[in-house]
Amino acid sequence: MTTKKGIEVSIAASIAAQLARVEVVAAYPITPQTHIVEHLSELVANGELEAVYINVESEHSAMSACCGASAAGARTFTSTSAQGLELMHEILFIASGMRLPIVMATVNRALSSPLSIWGDHSDIMAARDTGWIMLFCENGQEVVDSIIMAFKIAENRNVLLPVMVNLDGFSLSHVIEPIEFPSQKDVDSFLPPYKPLYSLHPDKPVTMGAYAMPELYTEAKYAQETALINSKKVIIDVMAEFGERFGRHYKPVETYNTENADFAFICLGSINENISTAIDELKSNGKEAGLIKLRLFRPFPKDELLAVLKDKKRIAIVERAMPGGAANSPLYNEIASLIYANKLHITLENYIVGLGGRDVHPEDFIDVFDMKIAAKKDNNNYNVIGVRE
Amino acid sequence: MAEVTKLIHKYLRHDKKFPHVWCPGCGIGIMLGALIRAIDKCGFTKDEIVLVSGIGCTGRLPVYVDFNTLHTTHGRALAFATGVKLANPKLKVIVVMGDGDAVAIGGNHFIHAARRNIDLTAIILNNSIYGMTGGQYSPTTPYGMKTTTSSFFHIEQAFNISELAVTAGAPFVGRGTVYHARLLDSLMEKAFLKKGFAVVEVISHCHTQFGKLNKMGTAVEMMEWQRDHAVTVEKAAQMKEEELKDKFRIGILIDKELPVYLDEYEKIRTGSSGSGDRRP
Ligand SMILES: Cc1ncc(C[n+]2csc(CCOP(=O)(O)OP(=O)(O)O)c2C)c(N)n1
Ligand code: SF4
Ligand SMILES: [Mg+2]
Repeated sequence: MTTKKGIEVSIAASIAAQLARVEVVAAYPITPQTHIVEHLSELVANGELEAVYINVESEHSAMSACCGASAAGARTFTSTSAQGLELMHEILFIASGMRLPIVMATVNRALSSPLSIWGDHSDIMAARDTGWIMLFCENGQEVVDSIIMAFKIAENRNVLLPVMVNLDGFSLSHVIEPIEFPSQKDVDSFLPPYKPLYSLHPDKPVTMGAYAMPELYTEAKYAQETALINSKKVIIDVMAEFGERFGRHYKPVETYNTENADFAFICLGSINENISTAIDELKSNGKEAGLIKLRLFRPFPKDELLAVLKDKKRIAIVERAMPGGAANSPLYNEIASLIYANKLHITLENYIVGLGGRDVHPEDFIDVFDMKIAAKKDNNNYNVIGVRE
Repeated sequence: MAEVTKLIHKYLRHDKKFPHVWCPGCGIGIMLGALIRAIDKCGFTKDEIVLVSGIGCTGRLPVYVDFNTLHTTHGRALAFATGVKLANPKLKVIVVMGDGDAVAIGGNHFIHAARRNIDLTAIILNNSIYGMTGGQYSPTTPYGMKTTTSSFFHIEQAFNISELAVTAGAPFVGRGTVYHARLLDSLMEKAFLKKGFAVVEVISHCHTQFGKLNKMGTAVEMMEWQRDHAVTVEKAAQMKEEELKDKFRIGILIDKELPVYLDEYEKIRTGSSGSGDRRP
């Protein structure tokens, strides 16, 4: 029996972790993640979730405690944002290197300085190459479904990697949406209890994270990278199984109206909803634009992207992070390298939007389509929409 | 102009940054009042002061004052301040932190600044909770209390910030409350004039979260709680341990002389090179 209710997306995210029967949650509060961890602590305190919840003294400790719990064989969950994610940075590599299937809801927020509590992707873009599997969500239903799927992906014996489920701060985390929750029974049969391949246990001691001499380090890292690349197959299978069981179908790369257009936007996260609105508006004026949504960001879904990109003429890559001195923003750079390697001839445009919670309107994307913004292009290879100089 | 208005005009960015974000009745404003009165009394110029803060309701304070200010990240204020002081020892560096800032995420910096005895004043507003993020338990939340992350009761023991500072080696530690405003003025004044790492712990209330969750009443009632549970160091010395069980001491907990980091550093520097002052 599924239930459908209007609920704040953060609360829904914690219910998803509850449905996944997480056993240890270690976290440190930070806006806009707080409602997720507060609600989890409440579920634990009320006896509605058989788990241990601890509010440790920093995010560095939170991710460290999660690694410990996961290494000892517990299904482990946490959540953070912005400064918290950067403070975890060191331990993010430990989690992926030790192959610990932790799941984290990352509520994307701008980084200081200047201080901002509002949403953008500067936090996750600074943590993108930490060896985690990364999913992005457009709405609350995707958040719930992704968290449940994340455990199944992470714990697969051929994967054993941590998974981050990204959701935009405030514009997604704090909105109330109608969300369908699968029953506990159905989640239980989809996601059986976690049985670790190796864990810290007195009956069968193991060593984790040991020193690797130069003769071994490269091989260890290569094996880890291979597991990450190969995880895509498991991700696709898990998404397919989820679709069969729960009737909501996901793919690493999803599209909207791309079949009718030789122009498309590519974007991550909740701004995709605004872009879809712009596309509908354009359509009503006889113009065709498509949208390519990356649900999966790590491992980078090259083949799936190529399949949609190959017959496009012009692509606008829309991102919520500054390039930080790079040629272009992170997603642009990866798509450019993909296109180059496959000898495609596509005009690429790069737009930076929505920094530090700046509003983004469907009209902005209509202007992008109409080349009104690209015409103003300055010395950079990208446009920061609406910036005052 | 009334004395208080003069102080407000002189030290606060009253025409730019107000109204402030603090809840009506919050104790942080009282601490801010004590801070500017003590600075005024000590006679520092506004420009020689650097006010450094972390993040939180307390950490918001530099927005409102007209000094050099450095608004850093949650927990790192003391580390930033250490850099400021080393780069220009002539500056009077004051660090304002919440309990979470000082002894949770920044706890490591706190004990090391105390141990190192670097010439900084650390003012810590202890409201027993993470105020800004919505009332989660902090390392100073007492055992048994309710917070948004301990719905029934808190099962951890609390840090005693002042005792932690004493044990970590700080040569000056004072504790006051926002109820005892005049004591706070004098503690801050002494701390500002102290050479070395000086700590003032300010017991305050977060009536909107900690107070509400624990049915401790209004801001006024929580201040009355401070009045009823604080005992001066002098009086405490006359009392039995039994009588002090649910009380806390206010006043100067320690005031001793210890070699100060930069003086010691200077001794080595001039001793080894024999040359003059090369600092900026
Ligand atoms: C690295 C990092 N983690 C978490 C936060 C979120 N955060 C902001 S203020 C705060 C706690 C504030 O508590 P406290 O220091 O006691 O100050 P108060 O608000 O109670 O005055 C937290 C957890 C942050 N800004 N940075
Ligand atoms: S939340 Fe609490 S600490 Fe913050 S301003 Fe309000 S009363 Fe003060
Ligand atoms: Mg506090």
